[in-house]
Amino acid sequence: MSFHIDATVRARNLDVSLSLGQAETVAILGPNGAGKSTLLSVAAGLVRPDAGSARLGDQVLFNLDGGSRVWTPPHLRGTALLAQEPLLFPHLSVLDNVAFGPRSAGASRAESRETARHWLAEVDVMEFSGRKPGQLSGGQAQRVAVARALAASPELLLLDEPMSALDIHAAPHLRRLLKRVLSGRRALIITHDVLDALMLADRVIVMDKGRIVEEGATREVFRRPRSQFAAGLAGVNLMAGTVTEDGLRTFANAELPSLHVAGHLDDEAEPGEPGVAAFPPSAVSIFLDAAHGSPRNSFPVAITDLEPHGDHIRVRAGDLAADITPSASAELGLEPGSRVYFVVKATAVQVYAA
Amino acid sequence: MNFSGIPRWVYGLAAVGGLFVLLPLAAMVAKVNWAQFIPLVTSDSSLTALGLSLRTSAASTALCVVLGIPLALVLARRPFRGQRLLRAFVLLPLVLPPVVGGIALLYTFGRQGLLGKSLELAGIQIAFSTTAVVLAQTFVALPFLVVSLEGALRTAGNRYEAVAATLGARPTTILRRVTVPMVLPGLASGAVLSFARSLGEFGATLTFAGSLQGVTRTLPLEIYLQRETDADAAVALSLVLVAVAVIVVGLSYRRPHRADIPAEAAA
Repeated sequence: MSFHIDATVRARNLDVSLSLGQAETVAILGPNGAGKSTLLSVAAGLVRPDAGSARLGDQVLFNLDGGSRVWTPPHLRGTALLAQEPLLFPHLSVLDNVAFGPRSAGASRAESRETARHWLAEVDVMEFSGRKPGQLSGGQAQRVAVARALAASPELLLLDEPMSALDIHAAPHLRRLLKRVLSGRRALIITHDVLDALMLADRVIVMDKGRIVEEGATREVFRRPRSQFAAGLAGVNLMAGTVTEDGLRTFANAELPSLHVAGHLDDEAEPGEPGVAAFPPSAVSIFLDAAHGSPRNSFPVAITDLEPHGDHIRVRAGDLAADITPSASAELGLEPGSRVYFVVKATAVQVYAA
Repeated sequence: MNFSGIPRWVYGLAAVGGLFVLLPLAAMVAKVNWAQFIPLVTSDSSLTALGLSLRTSAASTALCVVLGIPLALVLARRPFRGQRLLRAFVLLPLVLPPVVGGIALLYTFGRQGLLGKSLELAGIQIAFSTTAVVLAQTFVALPFLVVSLEGALRTAGNRYEAVAATLGARPTTILRRVTVPMVLPGLASGAVLSFARSLGEFGATLTFAGSLQGVTRTLPLEIYLQRETDADAAVALSLVLVAVAVIVVGLSYRRPHRADIPAEAAA
């Protein structure tokens, strides 16, 4: 009993292959336009891919490869979708919204309302059962939407940034609720929040430009990110390149030429193999002149942005970031466009296989 | 006072526009022979015509709903080749002279018509029957329902339908329990407009259905006929028709339609 999907959507440049275990929750991370929502729509049957196949347990969701084409319509898939907005049916009461799934599956009015009451109690919104969705707050409505999705007893729950439309007070409540109801369930959850991934997911995948660029256990991905996006979420600087005896030879990019980064090699990092060098912004110092003497790394960069970050100033130069004190920033006279050197000690740089 | 942003002279023209509609109605009311009003409007022929008008208008409104909902769905939802052309043809009766519509119907359902010949063989005769009245009214009233409903469907979007599908609802269930209830205000105002248009239909009816008392002579036809012989009766019946129209339109525009999308979706 597992879920597997393999799909290509040419119009949206999506090409993804993904499997989920029996009771596994996987978080999908990635920049806007990476194809995360499209992947969920394909799984739900709302978007038809150009090629690929998908199975959920014994059921074939679609198989567009080879001669006999199979396409299971959305209502027969058992894949409930929960979006950013609750999308509760405005003309039905809260109770009938939650009863909608069981009723559609053929249960009687009384049975389906019984099921609805169970799930309303489960998500702690029983007192609103007689109300219309227009009378609920955003957080309450989203909890009702969770109950409605669960009442349909889906084999696979698809959540598309369920917390992103909620205010900062409602989000933690819903996150706790999801942690409770997702345990022991199979779910895919799109999120932009590290906290969601850490709390709710067993595993994360990072998507970029329609492809999966990184996947692994949640803690491992944030401890040793291999993609620029995951590194950004984990709050570390990441440079990709080829592992050398004592560090990494970076690939040239728009901002920096290929250069050598001295660092501490991980056990699994093999010289000659692709790898990444990671270091926290707090380990970076800024100098106006090139620093000399190893074991320091010195990167000539142009500052793109300065922004407050806690009690520090975060100085950004392309993909790299440095955290320095406000007084140091004032002393150096930094502003966007300034040409400076980001300097980091070799001992602060971790080099590991990509 | 809130700033309106309307130049003063616009109010002047708006007043002229309002008077242009109201003045003829007032002139007609001034001509009503009140002493004879009740006997005139309760005469046999008047009551027969009014009854026929209400019955046929109700039937054609029902037919508009049955045919208009599918048409509006097809036009509003998924784009396809020829969609613009289909929309143009569906809306054609709005700008077509009703007499022309009547002639077209005659050549379709009349004895020698496209479908009429086969129907005649099957023993069904449509032209110059009450059925013909309903068809003529449906022909001219259908676009009102389609336009109104298509707009409502486009505004509502199909995200709720997508959610309903993932919750396990079959397409027919979605239509019945989600789509139609969500556009009910648009459907209702479209149906009211169709009813009003059916009630006032004259040209297509006269051409395609004729003017047989109790069978095809609706209130507008009766008024036109009475005008030749008894002006007082024509005016009295006209007032009845105005009253019915005012009631119907008043019921549907009692309050401005608020969008039936909850605040959470708009936020």
